[in-house]
Amino acid sequence: MSVTTQAASRAAQTEAAPERELRPPSYWPFVVPALVVVLAIIIFPWLFTIWMSLSEWKVGSPTTFVGLANYLRLPNDPRFVEAVGHTIVYTALSVLLPLIFGTLAAVVFHQKFPARGFLRGVFIMPMMATPVAIALVWTMMFHPQLGVLNYLLSLVGLPPQLWVFNPGTVIPSLVLVETWQWTPLVMLIVLGGLAAIPIEPYESAEIDGANFWQMFRYITLPLITPFLFIAGMIRMIDAVKSFDIIFAITQGGPGSASETINLYLYSVAFVYYDLGYGSAIAVVFFILIVILAAVLLYLRQRTAWTEIGGGA
Amino acid sequence: MKNHPISRRAVLAGSAAAGALSLTGIPARAEVQWKKYAGTKLEVILAKGPRGDNLQKNIKEFTELTGIQVESEQIPEQQQRQKAVIELASGKPSFDVIHLSYHVQKRQFEKGGWLADISGYMKDPNLTAPDLVESDFSAAGLQYAKNDKGQMLSLPWSVDYFILYYNKELFQKKGVAVPKTFDEMVAAAEKLTDAKEGTFGFVGRGLRNANMTLWTNFFLNYGGEFLDSKGGILTDGPEAIAATKMYQTLLTKVAPPGVAGFNWMESMASFTQGRSAMWIDGVGWAPPLEDPAASRIVGKVGYTLVPAGPKGQYSATYGDGLGIAAASKNKEAAYLLCQWAVSKAQGARLLQAGGGVPFRNSILNDPEIQKGVKMPKEWLQSVIDSAKISKLGLPVIIPVAEFRDLVGAAITSTLAGADPAAELKKAHEQFRPILERSEKA
Repeated sequence: MSVTTQAASRAAQTEAAPERELRPPSYWPFVVPALVVVLAIIIFPWLFTIWMSLSEWKVGSPTTFVGLANYLRLPNDPRFVEAVGHTIVYTALSVLLPLIFGTLAAVVFHQKFPARGFLRGVFIMPMMATPVAIALVWTMMFHPQLGVLNYLLSLVGLPPQLWVFNPGTVIPSLVLVETWQWTPLVMLIVLGGLAAIPIEPYESAEIDGANFWQMFRYITLPLITPFLFIAGMIRMIDAVKSFDIIFAITQGGPGSASETINLYLYSVAFVYYDLGYGSAIAVVFFILIVILAAVLLYLRQRTAWTEIGGGA
Repeated sequence: MKNHPISRRAVLAGSAAAGALSLTGIPARAEVQWKKYAGTKLEVILAKGPRGDNLQKNIKEFTELTGIQVESEQIPEQQQRQKAVIELASGKPSFDVIHLSYHVQKRQFEKGGWLADISGYMKDPNLTAPDLVESDFSAAGLQYAKNDKGQMLSLPWSVDYFILYYNKELFQKKGVAVPKTFDEMVAAAEKLTDAKEGTFGFVGRGLRNANMTLWTNFFLNYGGEFLDSKGGILTDGPEAIAATKMYQTLLTKVAPPGVAGFNWMESMASFTQGRSAMWIDGVGWAPPLEDPAASRIVGKVGYTLVPAGPKGQYSATYGDGLGIAAASKNKEAAYLLCQWAVSKAQGARLLQAGGGVPFRNSILNDPEIQKGVKMPKEWLQSVIDSAKISKLGLPVIIPVAEFRDLVGAAITSTLAGADPAAELKKAHEQFRPILERSEKA
């Protein structure tokens, strides 16, 4: 089958060769559908967003071109500045914690013990649930008077907490939900990494008298670092744009203590109908994500380098 | 068929009589020509809730009456508002009839010119039943439905008064009387609070934005007015500061911990579990409070007016209505639907199930309809009494959402100890330019 195809394409090439200069390549028609889709759903909305961000564009009022005025509003908008801070804290915590717990869980589930398969299945269950449904359940679990969490704390003699109902603890509490839901994802990725590690280094380390911690620190960790970066990147993209859990549990409150850029952007564009200003926030938000992703990619390359360096 | 209120025979007899009348040469009084638009198809966009349910459940009756087909969908309130605004602004909405929240959307819809003027239809006897007259709607309803020029842009559907819910059992246990004033309410709440037991005197919305609907009850009763004669906002004046102090006292001293993050749902949970003795919120919560599957205090709930403040006693009022998209091609048919939705029969069903309170006095005050109300008598009484002291609960401006967010955040932050006057001042420094821009544009 492949031989005939190759022969056919070779024949096509030789036929087409003399006219190549005059005719566009024959694959163009096949690219067009994809090109149209990309233009229509990625490029055009993007350019349109940028254009909107340069206009005073409120639903129900005529639009006027205002240049960079929307962008100049941003640094003087305390809610936006706060939202940037909340986004950074929220993202950092909800990348780091699942990474730590996910790696630990992966190391545990990599060992052989009875009912491992079943327990693995149980462990990844949070991932399968719908975020909004989870959020509603957690909201009631967080309830300071009626929630089960404060009851559990009282069993071990700890004072009740206010969880998402206090500006000081709202972000860590939301991260708790995020961590609970997404630690299994990190575990799955790292588990895949662990399965790919050969056992020879461990054997020789054991002969050299390395203990469990040394083996983890000097063999496991460097070898799974690329997987951690992938997990970290996926988590970061998810956490930065996190919306459902925050919106369903706190709507950015109490006050604006858990209002991330995404939530603020939503309010501006779809509650205040200030599409121009909302677009400006979207553009800045996009740039922020690109920078973060670039940093992670750069770090990923650096670690790949040291891996080779270490090996050499 | 047995339960059908109007038998076919009666209709036939009626039309025969009408025919006979016309034969006599005396000009017959025009009747609503329900069937005139038979075959028309209408699209309706509803906010999810008991009003939407009530309409959808009985829509077959409307189709039987008029021959008009109705497609309707219920969307959660916030999303419904967004979808409606975006479609209306596009000039080609996919719906003919829209369910709107007056307290959020009135000014925005008027400014956009998105709703059809139905004043003319209301005067046309071919389109309007004789019992549907402007004067039957409560003052708040007319205030909501009419624009500055006095045109009716919608039919007021259901009104939401804020009332005081209280737990009779807890009141009896502590020997506390039902408060009539704010001061009595604070004193009662202090007596009812027993932090060790985990019960508190008062609960209510603390969450930014949602909290404004509670706060305005205090603001109004401290004599507050939202706007001055030039449309400037007044919610950082002395009345607002006093109201915020009262709000702060109640929600920090005698309310459950974490109340700063409570919306109605968390507040209701605390109240239905018997952990809070008083709750001020909309009248619509009686059904869940009296539902044994959802509440531990069935039969123990008291319903009364929001206590009086030093400058009066008002019930903060919110409401929703049904309007017709100005771009609709089926305005007359759509009007018939709106009229049917606010009719006596439909309004009675709504009131009797506790799912809403019609704006029409002829429904609310009809003893026959009142008899059928399934909620406690006290509830109905609190509704009737609230209607007499009703006052709009939010300023009628375009940026209502920004107002609720910014001032709401300021008020929430006083629950963490911030100074009411300073917080209100800061919030209004941010809000005033927004208001000015929106009115100017």
